[in-house]
Amino acid sequence: MSLLELNDVKVHFPIKRGVFFDRTVGHVYAVDGISLKVEAGETYGLVGESGCGKTTLGRAVLRLVDITSGEVVLDGTDLASLPDKEMRSMRRRLQMVFQDPLGSLNPRQNIESILSEGMAAHGIGANQEERREKIRAILAKVGLPSNALSRYPHEFSGGQRQRIGIARALVLEPDVIICDEPVSALDVSIQAQVVNLLDELQEELGLTYVVIAHDLAVVRHISDVIGVMYLGSLVEEAPSDSLYAEPKHPYTKALMSAVPIPDPVVEEARERILLTGDLPSPANPPSGCRFHTRCPWAQPKCKEERPQLREVGDGHRVACHFVEDIESGVLQIGTDRAAVVPAARTEDAGIEAAAAKAAEAAEAAEDKAVEEKSASVEATDSEAAETDSTESAKDSTAQGA
Amino acid sequence: MALLSVDELSVTFGGVHGRKESTAVDGVSFDVDQGQVVGLVGESGCGKSVTSLALMGLLPGKGVKLGGRADFDGNNLLTMSQRELREMRGKEIAMIFQDPLSSLNPVVPIGVQVTEILQRHRGLKGEPARKEAAHLLDRVGIPDPTRRLKEYPHQLSGGMRQRALIAMAVACAPRLLIADEPTTALDVTIQAQILELLKELVDEEGTALLMITHDLGVVAGLCDQVNVLYAGKVVESADRHELFAHPMHPYAHGLLESIPRLDAPRGEPLKPIRGSINDRIAWADGCAFAPRCDYYTIECLTGTPALTVPAAAGHQVRCVNPVREPVEIATLETPDVTATAHGGTSA
Repeated sequence: MSLLELNDVKVHFPIKRGVFFDRTVGHVYAVDGISLKVEAGETYGLVGESGCGKTTLGRAVLRLVDITSGEVVLDGTDLASLPDKEMRSMRRRLQMVFQDPLGSLNPRQNIESILSEGMAAHGIGANQEERREKIRAILAKVGLPSNALSRYPHEFSGGQRQRIGIARALVLEPDVIICDEPVSALDVSIQAQVVNLLDELQEELGLTYVVIAHDLAVVRHISDVIGVMYLGSLVEEAPSDSLYAEPKHPYTKALMSAVPIPDPVVEEARERILLTGDLPSPANPPSGCRFHTRCPWAQPKCKEERPQLREVGDGHRVACHFVEDIESGVLQIGTDRAAVVPAARTEDAGIEAAAAKAAEAAEAAEDKAVEEKSASVEATDSEAAETDSTESAKDSTAQGA
Repeated sequence: MALLSVDELSVTFGGVHGRKESTAVDGVSFDVDQGQVVGLVGESGCGKSVTSLALMGLLPGKGVKLGGRADFDGNNLLTMSQRELREMRGKEIAMIFQDPLSSLNPVVPIGVQVTEILQRHRGLKGEPARKEAAHLLDRVGIPDPTRRLKEYPHQLSGGMRQRALIAMAVACAPRLLIADEPTTALDVTIQAQILELLKELVDEEGTALLMITHDLGVVAGLCDQVNVLYAGKVVESADRHELFAHPMHPYAHGLLESIPRLDAPRGEPLKPIRGSINDRIAWADGCAFAPRCDYYTIECLTGTPALTVPAAAGHQVRCVNPVREPVEIATLETPDVTATAHGGTSA
């Protein structure tokens, strides 16, 4: 059995109007029927653009927002129907790491107080002395000095604050940690440190992560399974290796091709699908397939019938009526819906160009060395030969050209 | 001559009322040619945004010391009067900011904000101005432009707001466009649209683009020449192919190694750069990156390393022990450390 299981989870926020009576005039369908399974010891990545409901889903698992319907089953217990009091004690097993490390730490509490508060609430450690010992051990694990205990959040850098956030989750010995954009507030060079830390902790402590992020490269790096969300529902779920190699859902295809890759050769060699338009409002989602308004492959059926997630092989689960037809090329991309930016040049040409450039550079370097040598030889000559040297310098530049 | 030629630009804050001075930009030099896309890349606090604000004359007058030159078409932007700058801004040089919501006036319709520029710089009024504004919105890909002109910024989506800002920036066909993190606040699919639009503008109009970003992926797809900034100085400058193929400064090299790539094989741990930007020494004492550097030797602590020219054309590196993987460059002699500043070895 899976450690964490979500069955058709829905979170709908009411839209209220009126001065005297809170009339409900509609709902924001933030999370609209999501089912997924997270196995113990693995990392489940949730990606999607802003407004797709990924953060709300993460919060719903912890019941930080009310679940409208559906089940969240942790180790056999349905959290959605637990009374509040029991839920509070369950939260020890489910912890969260937040995006903004400064905003989620109380500026007026020192680190010891921040970390021991949760322990005291859950009755971990007999006294403060015992708790302090444990906190010291955890701080060492996340790479912070033990003198951090008496310091305050503002005294730390962004990366260190995120380590404190991770330590706060760890002191309660949770089974599942939900990381909501754990690195997006950090600088690029610091991101890698925190990603590696999460990896190491998982290996050492056997943790289970649900990582919510918009940065596909980061999610792909740390996740075993990735779920792609669009407008409140999962459109594709796949092992993280094959998601980039063979994205199957049209939205995933567009998303993957939109992520810039820090390599000019790759950038120029790949074809990109540019979607037109913006994400529709989750208060008024399109009928049928949520993506049909922007889908370059959309058919009449997509407008009427909402596709369900289904297995399509290679561990992919895709919510699209026409995956097979798109795959086999029966359905062609509709260029009125999306601009296909063709590869600037083929991959071979890119490599050739780079090689040619390198050869050119080497040649230039040789020329320069020759020039310098001749110049130094001439410098040792008498000043009388000045006209000579200018002439030969001219020669050498001519050769260089 | 280059359209914009920045020479040893420096910006120092503080120094008044006995406050400590802090140098945000510490001698940055680069050129931007007509039709060229030049990138300024670096992490937060490296001085990239301050550089753009200094060029636009948008830094406060008090408590800021400017140094060096920034010649736009032969005129030094740093010594221009506010009056001259006003004439220049929006017309010759335009800027696109990071956050499209806070750079638009929330209580004025989009149309009024666009026509304001047309009136100020091109003398268009009334119906012709409205027509031109609609044409501009259409050009940057906003559907139904005449309706959008009457709407307020909050009624537009994030991508649409950024498009409106770009429409305002290109309203007077500026010769130089400065884009400060234009896509950072946007989602990837929208980012791809905006980057494509900027590419089109550069290709069609020959506008010069100064792209300021922290995202190396954006740089890889867009910029011709890339300048990597660290602690207020350019540490490496190269053609993008050259930079991504042979990064030579340990910082640039480390950055490229540390970011997870979508197309890379999985499973290997990332190689982060040690420490953080706070672990740095003053440039006067040596290389600011030395405390985080894997290649560092005692020579790194003898004065500011010079921006030297290694083998490939246009590739400059400010480093005593550059990373030298490519063989053809390794045959070169070690460039001299021209210690311009006092060379005190402070450990």
